[in-house]
Amino acid sequence: MPSEAKTTETYVQRPKSLGELRSGIENGSIKATELAASYYARIERINPELNVYLSLTRERALAQADGVDRAAASGDPLGPLAGIPVGIKDVLVMRGAPATAGSKILAGYQPPYDATAVAKLEAAGAVLLGKLNCDEFAMGSSNENSAYGPVRNPVDPERVPGGSSGGSAAAVASDLAVASLGTDTGGSIRQPASFCGVVGVLPTYGRVSRYGLIAFASSLDRIGPFAGNVRDAATLLGVIAGHDAMDATSSSTPVPDYAAESDKPVEGMRVGIPAEYFAEGLDPEVRAAIEKGIDALKAAGCVIKPISLPHTRYAIPTYYLVATAEASANLARFDGVRYGHRSLQSETLSAMYRHSRDEGFGTEVKRRILLGTYALSAGYYDAYYLKAQQVRRLLAEEFLRAFAEVDVIVTPTAPTPAFKLGEKTGDPLAMYLADIYTVTASLAGICGVTVPCGSAAGLPVGMQVLAAHFNEASAFRVARAVEAAQE
Amino acid sequence: MRALRVRRMSANVSIEEVARVAELANLELTPDESAHMQKDLNAILDYIAQLNELDTHGVAPLAQASELAGVDARGSLRADERRPSLERAAVMAQTPVSDEVFFKVPKVIER
Repeated sequence: MPSEAKTTETYVQRPKSLGELRSGIENGSIKATELAASYYARIERINPELNVYLSLTRERALAQADGVDRAAASGDPLGPLAGIPVGIKDVLVMRGAPATAGSKILAGYQPPYDATAVAKLEAAGAVLLGKLNCDEFAMGSSNENSAYGPVRNPVDPERVPGGSSGGSAAAVASDLAVASLGTDTGGSIRQPASFCGVVGVLPTYGRVSRYGLIAFASSLDRIGPFAGNVRDAATLLGVIAGHDAMDATSSSTPVPDYAAESDKPVEGMRVGIPAEYFAEGLDPEVRAAIEKGIDALKAAGCVIKPISLPHTRYAIPTYYLVATAEASANLARFDGVRYGHRSLQSETLSAMYRHSRDEGFGTEVKRRILLGTYALSAGYYDAYYLKAQQVRRLLAEEFLRAFAEVDVIVTPTAPTPAFKLGEKTGDPLAMYLADIYTVTASLAGICGVTVPCGSAAGLPVGMQVLAAHFNEASAFRVARAVEAAQE
Repeated sequence: MRALRVRRMSANVSIEEVARVAELANLELTPDESAHMQKDLNAILDYIAQLNELDTHGVAPLAQASELAGVDARGSLRADERRPSLERAAVMAQTPVSDEVFFKVPKVIER
């Protein structure tokens, strides 16, 4: 059972590890049904304050938990996540449960199928508690763009949890789930994990099937896990990774035992430190915290190599052209015809499209659709979208050249710790610049892990460990070493 | 040619262009929303104009990152075989107006 926090002010609570919970469930000392019930009780108390969950899937969760308890009692084999309470970001579909994508335009929508990642978690025995709040259509860096209210950071409820997977990060940080699934298009797993003090994984593009993910930008979207420690995050990735016939972009690259890989020592590994990620704009306390982490890696036997990624500064403009262009196409399907909100007063079909979308989409979503449409429109396509795709290649090739010299690249995950609610909502460009250290990896398709690494002004700081395509194992190893140094 | 590219990238978006783009995107903005969007779009496009500093002559666009990882997309295609899809009833339950078979919508052409 999750232990109660002693103070009333803090909602922060580290979940128990997967290993501890699962062995308890296996030997019967923990009942999955009671564990799930205790999580629901905590959610009932704390969710009104933090707004982490948008909906709960009690029936399905308790039926699953019951099945796990029966299997445990009969001595039947249990999956690697048997009985483990997990939350699911509301851009992923679960049959019969709401999927709002944080938007009014999907209010009332009940998907008729499960996302592959969701199905895989359940097949491994996970108990899926409910759907987690997020920025609308995963567009945002603070979870303030949700049509259902912002999520509050458990560390300091006056601050944002980060975004767009704010609910997923906050859930683990406040032990409203042992682990969660989020999505990352420009940093939406890594940045909230950093802001909330938990581990977040950006799998290589194509590592995890996107079937059942409500698409934002199809060449950038990734599904990935949040957990309270590196080993658990690695275990979760192992469960959801793998080829899927339902996603033509999913890879057949074999899935290693990520948890076992994360146990391996880091001695002799080459760690690249790119100058461009430690320049102006980086909070000095964040810099100090990351430098301490780098020192720990050195002490563990890593070879630290200064490197340069000169195209870094072009990543944000590139990202906001590529992502918004793809989003404008992906969000064209929300027209009121087949699902979601339909404006019923319209006289003609085209009026129905316009009114439904106008009523259903929030401001940030509209802004990005307009920007993307503009960038793709006749007369501007070459100057904007095509240009961005060319710069994307330059950025990606720069990473590939770097990974010929180093095994991983280490940077801060975000330039600052969590900012206050409302602080950046007035200036969209300022909000976009919060993604400065994460969008590069998004564009290149490479993988990474963010691991808690000290604090700045008492707030969590994350270290981002990037690795080449399908080399999550190296990222986990190094992240684990950073984690171990703080224990 | 080069001068033309630079001029285009730092083009000022007019309120008429906002309306044109909104029409393309099937969005109906109020005059107030339009004014705000014009301001935001111009600020963002101004910032994006720095991409013009880079010489991308001869650089092939990268649309799919998996190309770099040596992933052959054709290998991921499944056999072209019929298999069950979604249940009609579950799908039709999601639309507000239907006859259980078709999605019903307002008339296409306004007379």
